[in-house]
Parts: sequence; structure tokens; C-alpha cells
Amino acid sequence: MSPTTKPALEVTPDDGAQQAAPSRPRRVLPAGRRGPESWKGTLAKIILLGLVDAVAVYILTALFLSQSWAVLAIAALVTLGINWIYLRPGGLPAKYLAPGVLFLLVFQVFVVVFSGYIAFTNYGDGHNGSKEDAISSILTSSQKRVPDSPAYRTSVLEKGGSYYLLVTNPDGEAQLGTTESKLEDAPDAVKDSTGKAKELAGYRTLNFQEIVANQKDVLGLVVPLSDDPAAGTLRTQDGSNAYVFRSNMVYDKAADTLTDTDTGTVYRDSGEGDFVSDTGEKLATGWKIDVGFKNFVTAFTDPELRGPLLSVTLWTFTFAVVSVFLCFALGLFLAITFNRSDLKGKKIYRIIMILPYAFPAFLSGLVWSGLLNPEFGFINNALLGGAGIAWLTDPVLAKISVLVVNLWLGFPYMFLVCTGALQSLPEDVDEAAKMDGASPWRIFQSIKLPLLLVSVAPLLISSFAFNFNNFNVIYMLTAGGPRFEDTTRDIGATDILITLVYKSAFGVGTGRDYGLASALAIVIFIIVAAISAISFKQTKALEDVN
Amino acid sequence: MSSVATEPLAAEPLAAEPRRSFQRWFREKGWRHVVGVLTSIFAVFPLLYVLSAAFNPTGTLAGSASLFSQVSWDNFAKLFSNEQRPFGRWFVNTMVIGLITSAASVLLGALAAYAFSRMRFTGRRVGLLSLLLLQMFPQLLAVVAIFLLLSGIGEIIPALGLGSQLGLIMVYLGGALGVNTYLMYGFFNTVPQSLDEAAKLDGASHVQIFFGIILRLVTPILAVVGLLTFIGISSEFVIASVVLTDPNSQTLAVGLYSFVANQRTEDWGVFAAGAVLAAIPVMALFLFLQRYIVSGLSAGSVKG
Repeated sequence: MSPTTKPALEVTPDDGAQQAAPSRPRRVLPAGRRGPESWKGTLAKIILLGLVDAVAVYILTALFLSQSWAVLAIAALVTLGINWIYLRPGGLPAKYLAPGVLFLLVFQVFVVVFSGYIAFTNYGDGHNGSKEDAISSILTSSQKRVPDSPAYRTSVLEKGGSYYLLVTNPDGEAQLGTTESKLEDAPDAVKDSTGKAKELAGYRTLNFQEIVANQKDVLGLVVPLSDDPAAGTLRTQDGSNAYVFRSNMVYDKAADTLTDTDTGTVYRDSGEGDFVSDTGEKLATGWKIDVGFKNFVTAFTDPELRGPLLSVTLWTFTFAVVSVFLCFALGLFLAITFNRSDLKGKKIYRIIMILPYAFPAFLSGLVWSGLLNPEFGFINNALLGGAGIAWLTDPVLAKISVLVVNLWLGFPYMFLVCTGALQSLPEDVDEAAKMDGASPWRIFQSIKLPLLLVSVAPLLISSFAFNFNNFNVIYMLTAGGPRFEDTTRDIGATDILITLVYKSAFGVGTGRDYGLASALAIVIFIIVAAISAISFKQTKALEDVN
Repeated sequence: MSSVATEPLAAEPLAAEPRRSFQRWFREKGWRHVVGVLTSIFAVFPLLYVLSAAFNPTGTLAGSASLFSQVSWDNFAKLFSNEQRPFGRWFVNTMVIGLITSAASVLLGALAAYAFSRMRFTGRRVGLLSLLLLQMFPQLLAVVAIFLLLSGIGEIIPALGLGSQLGLIMVYLGGALGVNTYLMYGFFNTVPQSLDEAAKLDGASHVQIFFGIILRLVTPILAVVGLLTFIGISSEFVIASVVLTDPNSQTLAVGLYSFVANQRTEDWGVFAAGAVLAAIPVMALFLFLQRYIVSGLSAGSVKG
């Protein structure tokens, strides 16, 4: 950090003058020498920038068509910025940094900020879009067949991979429509002898077998009768007759209420992104609103979540610390054991010991989950003669299993790193200590270990940070199980925070809760940030950056 | 240890000669072999087990009581004939996504490392520090936001949205600078500045210096970063599982997980066969380029 401690061979300040006076050394050269290269360079630059701009124009057009004005403005600014960076003379660092930084900003920095935003919403299953979307979705999904609906004789048509209903209305007129576009008159339709509209130019009529084969898509067709959702829709159940379906819900715009016409129940906006009846009955579809700190409050106060979350947090720390310690201890021990040039078979041991590290990590968890399976696993059945030890289903044993598997995965890395670090230790200190009569253990304890720790400390920290979020080994081995008994949520004894985030957001069985998942992710963020800030200060790793 | 241990040895000089030399051999080297053999068994046993399961025609987890009791190619045949779980496609997808991502990551990282190592500009120190800190926050923390961002992008540009491999690659590239630049920066600094100066005097442009001189001299670190990225991406599960929903576009990590996720025991043999095939390229790469990787590990981390 301080200039006096920097070795002299480091980059001297005058290379910064490169930007200030870039052309001075070049001016003395014969002009012809630089000609072709610079011509080629310019051409390459124009082609590359042209490609980027072509893509940008495509994206900008798409944004314009979808009327996303804010994003369009940002994208246009970014495009202009890129062109400015590469077309202006000078500003060399920006030219080299721009591509990586662009991706970094969008997919690493922005998504973090976005997580922060989601954490303060109720985003998730049932709360996906705007209130208007929710209302129209409720109106569509609560539709029932109108009891006295006339039959619309129907043909199913296909064009460009999507399906259409060609119906003959009770008045004998042909009409065409599909889910996205309402029913319109189709006077050009060809009718068969019974007067049923059968074909239409530009479309292909499906035969019975094709209708059966694409049953799901055909039954999924919901054709609005008009622009007013209250008018109802046409649906078919057999591909030959369609009936009018109408919602039994009515939305009253002025009162902002939904009324069920069958039962007379009135649903009101609860202020939490849901419609709720007076008796507390909630409609399944809600909408996204900002909920402030509710997700964080839920995480720390909800009895279903508070206890398990505390255990998960503790276990996350335990898992990360113990994993790093075990891997480092075994790796260092092995590095010392094999750090002898005259040991036979050293290379073979080394290759065999690297194998677990070379094996893809996600597979390791899955393979071990088979090995340790309590009922059928190889370890219980073959090695222990049908012992039936609950390696993965007993909370304590499951934790031990996770640690052992992670040791298997992680010790080769520490072995490699410690071997490297040991070999780079200065020999003369060792010699001097020996001369002074220090025992090998003493040399190790007082000289080698401190020197080693200095060089591997940053590594231990990043290893800790990695294990803190070591999703693969946990999820593939136990999927967080065995589950806690004091909660209905899918949380288990070996869950760490990141698997909890994943399961809250994308878990099967339980509803997706993006808001809560993001809130948990933000908690992880704060923890990791605090730890790395403290530890980097301790190791002064930052001093390397001048 | 030896100062204590040598004394009793010296005290009984009449001990049998061969026995004593065995003891000494054991104390000096023999125990190292014991440790080596034990660790090797620990390291290699799960791998032998999965290999044996892949060749075991029984195909279920309960399969057999001893390794390699039966050997057949049944599981491999089943693996490639399953249309719902197209292993071949997964393999190709993983290779394509892994190769493109690692090549692009190397390029982006090298460009940035060159700027940080060779140029002085405002924000350089802050930039380097931010990258160092960003390493601490893996992308998977923001997986929910990534999912929602891609689903938003997909509504406007379907080719980059959810379910798109290109979209996934872009997401991965967002992590390229954070992970790689610092590692490369250290290595770039070891290439003497005088080379650049000399080339500059000869009239080389900055682009020529970068591609013609620097990149050639830092090939080892490029190989390391490319390799580590490839290995990392081919094991990446969280983001890939969220983005790639169609079985035909999935990667090995997502696909093979689906083999075991639902019926952990029944498809075990087929899964094991898939696991063996999926692991072979990565392990081969790793073992062949071991020297590079180890040098990279100690260059980037131990930073001599």
C-alpha cells in the first residue's frame, strides 16, 4: 500500500504517461511501417463494432416494440457509451475493460441490487404480476360453462404451429379466433354440406387423429367472444362443438371488489396483494406489491422459520469452518508426509490423491449419496453386512457424512496448495534452526507453519467463503435432509443458507417465494461481506494492491 | 520427534541389525507409505464403486455386494436409448457451453488484466479492490434475481431469455472478471515491462503488444483460467437448473441430477454409466494439465 514497501521492479509510474503522450515514440518511425497494421486494425475494429451495433439495434427495436421505455433508454445509452469508448482516440484502459465490465455490471452487480429489491416485495407464486393481470387472470380462471349456452359447431385449424377455432355460430355464420385474439367473422370459410364451416384459406384443418394427438393444446384454447372479459369465452372439449364459458366473478371497478355471482361472496383488496373475503378466504391469484421489511421480519419471527433458520445459520458456519479446518489439516499433513524427494511412488500417490478433486463436484455428492444410502447403499450393505446405519437420515450422522464427503472433495486441493507452499519456503531458515538444535516438530511449529500460514491465509479465507455457499455437496448428498420436525417448511438438519434460498425460491412441493428467498440471500451477503472485510483486514491481503 | 526417538536407539546398540534398519526405514519412510496407501483407498474407493455400478447389469442401487462382480455394457446402452433423458444432448450441451464460456472468460479476463497491469488510470486501484471483493460473492447468491431478469429478457428477446443456452452463457460471463482478473493480473505483472517498451519503440501498437507479445508469454495462466472455468462451468448446477428447463437444452449436471432426484434407487446403474462418461473428459483434462493447474494455484493464491 505504502510506496516505500513496494519492490523497485514493480511497474514504474512513467508507464502511465502512455496515455498522455501516446504518439511521441511513434513519430520518429518511418511512416510507411505502421501503415498496413493500423489499416487492418481499423478494419477489424469497424467490423467488430458494427457487429455489436447490429445486435444492439436488434435489441433496441425489440425494446421499442414492447414499449419498455425505461429499459430502452438505458440500452440506448449503453450502446452510445460503447461506441464512444471505441471510437474516440485515447482512453485505452476503457477499451480493454469495457467488455468484461459490461457483463459484470449486468449479471453480477445489477442482479445483486435486483435481489435487494425483490427482498422487499412479496414476489412469488400467486404474486407474479400487476393487479390488472391478477384480476383478468381470476376472471378467466373462474369461468364455468354457461348452462344454456348454444353449441358452436367447431373445426380446429392450424397455422404456423398454433391452433385456431373455426366455429359456426348459432346463426350459421363462420367465425375464427384463438386464445390471444378474439372471435372475428370469417366470411371466406368453406362450409360442408351441413353448413358447418370446415376450411379457411391459409389454414390447415386438423383431422380427428390430429385433434386427439394434440388434445392438450386444443382443450387449452380459450377464445374470447369480445374485448370485454365479462362477455365470456368459447371452449371446446371434443374439437367438434364449442360452448360459451363465462366467469362467475364480477369485478366492480369503483368499489375495487370481486363478487362471486354464485355465492354472493365479496372479495376485497386486503392491502397485501390479495383479494380476501370478509370471512378471511383468500383468492389464489394475487399480485406483486412492496412489503417493506416483512420478509426479514418473517424470517426472524415466524415460529415456523425462526428456529430452523437459526439452526441452519449455525450449521452453515460450523460446516464452513470445520470443512476448511479438516481439509487444510489433512492436506498439510499429507503435503509434509510426501515432501521428501527420495520417497518411492510419490508420483503415484499424488495422482491418486488428486482424483477426487478432478472428479466433477456435483457427481461426487450424488455418488456418495448412493454409497451411504441407509437401505441399499454399498457401505451399509456390502462393507458393514447390512448394518442399516442411518448415514443420511439421522441428523447428527448426516452432518458427519456431509463433512466427510466434503473432506473427500476438498483435501486434494489443500494438499496441492500446501505442497506448493512448502516447497517455496526458504531452506536456509530450516538449516539455521537445525544448527541451533531445534527438533523437527519445533521447526515445523515455530518456523514452517507460521510462514506457511502467511502464504495460504488468503486461500483459507476464500475456501471458507466457498464452503459457506457450497451448494452442490449439500444438495446432491442430502438435499438438506433429514427434515426438521418442528416446522412444516422444507428445511432440514444439513441445510445451509444457500440451499435454503434455492429451496424457498424453486423448491418442489412448496410454493415459490422469491421475496423470502432474496431476503435470505441478502442475509448471506451481509454475513459474507462482514467476514471478508474482517479477515482481509487481518491478513492485509489488500496491501498487495498498489 | 527424532531427538527423543534416537536416544533409546543409541542406548541399545546390540539390537538386531535387520530389525533396527526396518524400524529406521519405517520411521523415516515406511509410515509415509502407510499414510499414502490409506489415503489412496479413501480417495479412490468411491470412484471404483461408481465404475463398478456402471458396469453392473442389475442396475439398481441395491445391486451387488462386491465391486465388479458382473460386467456388462447394458447400462450404457440404456443410457443412450432413453429419449426422455437425452444423455448425448446433455454431453454436447455441456461441452459447447463450457468451451464457449471458458474461451470468452479467458479473453475478457486477459483484456482486463492487461489494462490493470500495464496502464495507470483513475479508478484502477478501486477497480482492482472491487474485483477482489466481488470474488467473495458467487453469482449463485443472486440466483432468484438472475431467474427473474432472464424471464424479463425472454419476454422481449426470446433468444436470450429463460431456457436459452446463450442467455446462460451471458450470465456465466458476468462472473468472468470477478473470478479471473485477479489471478491473471498477478501473472501479467511477472512479464517484464521492458518487453512492452521495446515493442513500442519498434512501432507496435497496443493491440499488437497485447495479442502478439503478452498473450504468448502468459499462456500458462490462460490455460489454467480456461481449464478451471471449464471445470467449474461443467459442474455448475444452481443457475443452469433454473435457466434450462427443456431436457434437450440441459447440461450434464442438471440432467444427471434428474436421474437420481426422483427414483434414487431404480436408475442407479444408468446414472452411474452417465456419471462415468461425464467425468472422463474433465478428469482427463485435469490429469493431463495437472502441472499447469498446480502452477496456477500457487501463482494466483500463494503469489510468490
